[in-house]
Amino acid sequence: MPIRPTRNELAIRPTTKFFATLGITQMPAPKILILRAPGTNCDRETAYAFSRAGGVAELVHINALLENSRQLADYQILCFPGGFSYGDDISAGRILARQIRHHLADVVSEFRDADKLVLGICNGFQVLIKSGMLLDDPAATLTWNQLGRFEDRWVRVAVAGEKCVFLEGIESMFLPIAHAEGKFVTRDGDVLGALDQNGQLVLRYADAEGRYASTLDFPMNPNGSLANVAGLCDETGRVLGMMPHPERHIDPTHHPQWTRLPPTDQADGLRFFENAVRYFAS
Amino acid sequence: MTLWEVDIYPAAGQPDIVAAGICTEAADLGLDGVSQLRVAAGRSFLIQGTITREQVEQLATELLADSIVESFVLAPVGDKRLTQSPHQGAQLVHVIPKPGVMDPVATSTAMAIKDFQLDVETVQTMRKYWIGGVDAERLQQLCQRVLANDAVERVVVGPLDFDQLKLGIPYQFKLLHVPLRKLDDARLETLSREGQLNLSLVEMHTVQAHFQQLGRDPTDVELETIAQTWSEHCSHKTLSGRIAYRDDRGERRFENMLKETIFAATREIRSRLGDEDWCVSVFEDNAGVIRFDEWHHVVFKVETHNHPSALEPYGGANTGIGGVIRDPLGTGLGARPVCNTDVFCFAPPDTPPGELPPGVLHPRRVMQGVVAGVRDYGNRMGIPTINGAVYFDQRYLGNPLVYCGNVGLLPCDKVLKQPQPDDWIVTVGGRTGRDGIHGATFSSVELHSKSDSVSGGAVQIGNAITEKMLMDVILTARDRGLYNAITDCGAGGFSSAVGEMGEHVGAEVWIDRAPLKYDGLSYTEIWISEAQERMVLSVPPAHWEEFDELCRSEGVEATILGRFESTGRLRLMYQDRQVADLGMDFLHDGRPPVVRDAVYEPPPVRPLTPPSQVDHAATLTGILRSLNVASKHWVIRQYDHEVQGGSVIKPLVGVQADGPSDAGVVRPVLSSRRALVVSCGMNPYYGDLDTYHMAASAIDEAVRNCVAVGADPARIAILDNFCWGNTERPGTLGSLVRAAIACHDVALELGTPFISGKDSLNNEFAYHDAAGQRCVIAIPPTLLISALGQVDDAAQCVTMDFKRPGNVIYQVGTTLPELGGSHFALVHQLTGGQVPQLDARRAKAIFAAMHRATQDGLVRACHDLSEGGLAVAVAEMAFAGGCGARIDLGAVPCELGTIGPAERNVCLLFAESNTRFLCEVSADRAKHFERWFGDFPCRAIGEVTGDSTLAVDGVDSQRSQLIRASIEDLKSAWQQPLDW
Repeated sequence: MPIRPTRNELAIRPTTKFFATLGITQMPAPKILILRAPGTNCDRETAYAFSRAGGVAELVHINALLENSRQLADYQILCFPGGFSYGDDISAGRILARQIRHHLADVVSEFRDADKLVLGICNGFQVLIKSGMLLDDPAATLTWNQLGRFEDRWVRVAVAGEKCVFLEGIESMFLPIAHAEGKFVTRDGDVLGALDQNGQLVLRYADAEGRYASTLDFPMNPNGSLANVAGLCDETGRVLGMMPHPERHIDPTHHPQWTRLPPTDQADGLRFFENAVRYFAS
Repeated sequence: MTLWEVDIYPAAGQPDIVAAGICTEAADLGLDGVSQLRVAAGRSFLIQGTITREQVEQLATELLADSIVESFVLAPVGDKRLTQSPHQGAQLVHVIPKPGVMDPVATSTAMAIKDFQLDVETVQTMRKYWIGGVDAERLQQLCQRVLANDAVERVVVGPLDFDQLKLGIPYQFKLLHVPLRKLDDARLETLSREGQLNLSLVEMHTVQAHFQQLGRDPTDVELETIAQTWSEHCSHKTLSGRIAYRDDRGERRFENMLKETIFAATREIRSRLGDEDWCVSVFEDNAGVIRFDEWHHVVFKVETHNHPSALEPYGGANTGIGGVIRDPLGTGLGARPVCNTDVFCFAPPDTPPGELPPGVLHPRRVMQGVVAGVRDYGNRMGIPTINGAVYFDQRYLGNPLVYCGNVGLLPCDKVLKQPQPDDWIVTVGGRTGRDGIHGATFSSVELHSKSDSVSGGAVQIGNAITEKMLMDVILTARDRGLYNAITDCGAGGFSSAVGEMGEHVGAEVWIDRAPLKYDGLSYTEIWISEAQERMVLSVPPAHWEEFDELCRSEGVEATILGRFESTGRLRLMYQDRQVADLGMDFLHDGRPPVVRDAVYEPPPVRPLTPPSQVDHAATLTGILRSLNVASKHWVIRQYDHEVQGGSVIKPLVGVQADGPSDAGVVRPVLSSRRALVVSCGMNPYYGDLDTYHMAASAIDEAVRNCVAVGADPARIAILDNFCWGNTERPGTLGSLVRAAIACHDVALELGTPFISGKDSLNNEFAYHDAAGQRCVIAIPPTLLISALGQVDDAAQCVTMDFKRPGNVIYQVGTTLPELGGSHFALVHQLTGGQVPQLDARRAKAIFAAMHRATQDGLVRACHDLSEGGLAVAVAEMAFAGGCGARIDLGAVPCELGTIGPAERNVCLLFAESNTRFLCEVSADRAKHFERWFGDFPCRAIGEVTGDSTLAVDGVDSQRSQLIRASIEDLKSAWQQPLDW
């Protein structure tokens, strides 16, 4: 389902402003496939965020992709947005993850190997990690928050290392989380050590100063994740899963304290999407 | 065929969160003898099919369990391995959904198992507990009060007592007639009551006469259809009926009470607006519709789901929010839901368990269940919950109130709908089961201690994902123009949906075509089932194929159920045999008017005298700690209030995002700066003194909350939701009519139209006490006013947190000697006094001035004065902003007459007079700000300070300091009571 501009609730206007700032006036905008499944519910605003960053986002239902998985090759970015795929019944993201692993593992691997980008946000991260698209083995998972309930709040996340293309040039972001099952757990200490060594633990819950070296308590680490992990990338740095929602901070009035802050046109999440789009400009 | 059981437990070293929660809950509920309680909890799947152990193991490994954090045990049901205790002396408890109760996880699991291509017939989930450290009696108590709810679940202690999951038994058709024509009055009444028709004797007479005239008896389904259509829930017959009303000012006779009060005000406002009228469709469709921008309207509806929530709080609230979402979705050709609002009323959660009447769930459990029910549905639907409130009063025991509201966005060209003759009647979404039979007639009667067994079928659990899938395809089909009309399938099921849609056409329905969850439903059960997540559409034959294809592509079931035809009749068929033939005119216009007496007798006026010595600081802390005022962050943070990406003002604001916002604001169209504001007003305590002023105050509160964050007061629409006791008592109905008259008067004066509303009557709980005496608890008159405002540019919005030391604090509006029904009275346990009144003409002018000042960018913070008055408002603004404040009561605009200084101080601090705001303005803009208010009361009363202290000077001759308190202490008093 393509998103139509104007006279439409979403009314996405492709912007050239961003490219103009790079000194580029004409360039093909990357195409983003936003994958919908029953219960996906952050698809529209994620599409809007990509469009604001200069991409062309399209919403595609999982059934359509299962029917014709070749269409994935037409896109440069594959995004698993937030929501409750299949109700998060059994456990968060589990059923969609099983469909991906069983039916789409090959095309998604090909997609990644073709120097393209894969992003999972919140439920999308849960799907990515449980489908084996982030880590080969079932070596880590996302499980129930320490407090045992859904929580919506803003957190500071810091970028660790330079491995992930989505996070290039970003030091930290202020973003909301909204999930019940976001606690990052690894099979054992060795797995955690190896991921850290490899620079894959790219996004960490942090304190107000951006520090994350010691394990933080609630609410700074909102779910009790090991090593304050808020996001994880694969070995290539082109597949990223993250619990916080960058698409919910692309407008200054999204910021929970915007009425206290000087006027600005900056928003942390927008830079993130611009990074993804810019990757295909080079 | 084997029934396999897979039990999943936390792996060694992983926390058992469910078990810990149960121990906490048992302790919080004050159950005695549970100090040694030990619990281990597991979730289980029962899988029935012709499958091998290896195949079940594959399912467990690849689908059901997460090997990083969980371990599993699997075996055929009956195998010893399933009943081996993980710790010494623990007893095994299974909690299993009762037959027919929705089990969403099982549905999804069965769907996922299909992908494994195994021969699985059916799946069910179950919870499994190992309980140690309690005796048999305590175990039973624990099962009843914490582990299970016997309205929807059954408990098996020890090994399971079955080894097969039973599916439905095929139904054998048998047409039933009800020999009605010869019944005498007593038998008619018995038939109405025992058949759960809940029709009055006059109504039964009308039905009898109709069939006598036709010369035949009705079939059972004809009688049921009439009962559904004429139910209080579907027709609101009491409030739109004939009422003879009498109060201290004389008598007034209404032909249609709602039409002559609330609707009349809207009609008058619209005619005054003329070409500028911004109402589009009011009191007609499933929700009220008003203009938003050039391309979109907004629609708004608030419903209650009280009775189901009393019996099964989770399911009741779950289906409450699920139901109200289908209202905007069924308005016009379908509005996209953009935000939710939820308001609850409970008995105090610290009620001692020993004081509960029989059959009543503990209010703490009710509250937790309701909050979880709304959370799980609203969050899954991807609709932000941006506004709400929670009120507490002992009289909500046994009868909690659950108001769920939804706002939707409707393209301007999708307002009109009309089924055309020969259109298919199509049902889309969930399947039909035996759930929710008699919900419409049940919701209109008083609850009693046996309600859960009599009305168990009326209690349901929702499946949000089914509704989300349904919503996705409907909005696509709407944009492609694939149908002519749509309505939701709510109370009364197909009976109401098809009956209403076909009212002006006629319909023939083939009941046997409805897809069923299981076999065994009779034609009547299918017709009146209130199974959730269904909508009925009118699809032209030419579009059917495309519509069906669209539904299939997203896994949504759509079925042709019949045809609209211009016969003016409702004809029901089952397997080609006619089971009903009713004239639409009799069904919709045949009901005899309800005639009621209503009397309002003002309670005797009793003065309220504050104690001679008041500790103002302690009073402030006491009010901040009182449950109505205390922070609701435990509720708010469990709701996703930012999904859809349009959040502007969140429910919690300020430097630490923990101050109480007056209203929620969202931008429903992401590419536009235009925003929607949602707020509410309610004060049941005022109703004990005078329901007129209660209603007036609720409207003022809802509107001023909207205006406080920046909404244009000339563009605010409101909704009414009346929840009252038994209105067959003239006194109870009288207090309601009086409130409705206030709604008329105030709406008209403010120019704020009502666009939709709903009532829930008979909110009473009856039981027999230990002495065998019949007791009735009636809720206090409870009117919720919900307001929907608009803002041109989101960036003009204002939050309530103080921003900067040195800024000036203004009070806008006048403080009057009004302590009646106040939270000051509540914490000092005082009764009587003057209830806040409203000067609506003045209110309109103050709202307009307030808005101009806001638009001018002069207001750094704004908060409305409500529960707890000035003292609470300034304390909240201070701790939300992390600043202190200094207030001089001598400067507060007031009209307090001749009362002495001690009482003056109390009124200035704690009176809850209407139409007042507290504003923060930077010192250099102060004069500019004042100019907007002209002669209206607006005075500088203090300043924001940097010392984290709230300091208030009194008006007595020494100008003594009445309050000096640290904002951290005030904040923790406010946060602690409901910090669960």
